[in-house]
Amino acid sequence: MERVPILKIGDVLLVSIQIDLQDQSVLSLQEDLADKIVKTGARGVIIDITAVEIVDSFIGRMFATIASMSRLMDAETVVVGMRPAVAITLVELGLSLGGVRTALDLEKGMRLLGAALPDTGAGRR
Amino acid sequence: MTTPPPEELAIGSGDDVVRVRQLVRTAAGHAGMSLVDQTKLITAASELARNTFVYGGGGAVRVEHVVNARGRAGVRIAFSDRGPGIPDVDQALTEGWTSGGGLGLGLSGARRLVDEFELETEVGKGTTVTVTKWTR
Repeated sequence: MERVPILKIGDVLLVSIQIDLQDQSVLSLQEDLADKIVKTGARGVIIDITAVEIVDSFIGRMFATIASMSRLMDAETVVVGMRPAVAITLVELGLSLGGVRTALDLEKGMRLLGAALPDTGAGRR
Repeated sequence: MTTPPPEELAIGSGDDVVRVRQLVRTAAGHAGMSLVDQTKLITAASELARNTFVYGGGGAVRVEHVVNARGRAGVRIAFSDRGPGIPDVDQALTEGWTSGGGLGLGLSGARRLVDEFELETEVGKGTTVTVTKWTR
């Protein structure tokens, strides 16, 4: 089973899903993320699904679970980068993910969390 | 263009569910389905493969290319198991009803994502779910 890495950028934990998720990886990610939120005191979680080709009910439920779980630990979750075909399919499947915040891309997601974007501009220091 | 032969795959683990998605992705792409239709079919297959594994105790999938009377291409996928069967099919197809810990969207959701849906089940013998999606 492959594990999904969790990166820390300032106050935000970034999870970029680059693999075809099997159910066990989904469950591990939920647990790893809960641990990491507590350990780092992160205030936000971004789940980047730009590379994810399908979201079925199990994966969709993970988003809702992570959002509720992180809220209980004082962190906000944003799902970013959902492909149009995935959004259409999710709605038809019957999963509207009402309680999950979304943003079109990583940059908008970071802004939504009020997180400082990494300063890439040279000569500003 | 030659039609690829049917492919079969055993479903006995979570990794196999991922393999079913990949198999269906290849078939849907080969049939010339739009990206949205491919995504719908792969998602439906993922739900049904999980059912075969979790509720049917494992089984097999068969993916085949089909052509209808009007010459339209499609992909037909059959999931079969020798599990406990479904005692109440109407209930199992009701949105939100679940026998396990899921959301109850597997069967009802998969049915909405495909063009044809057929369920054969016998208590104590097993279940076969066959779905078809046609290109537009």
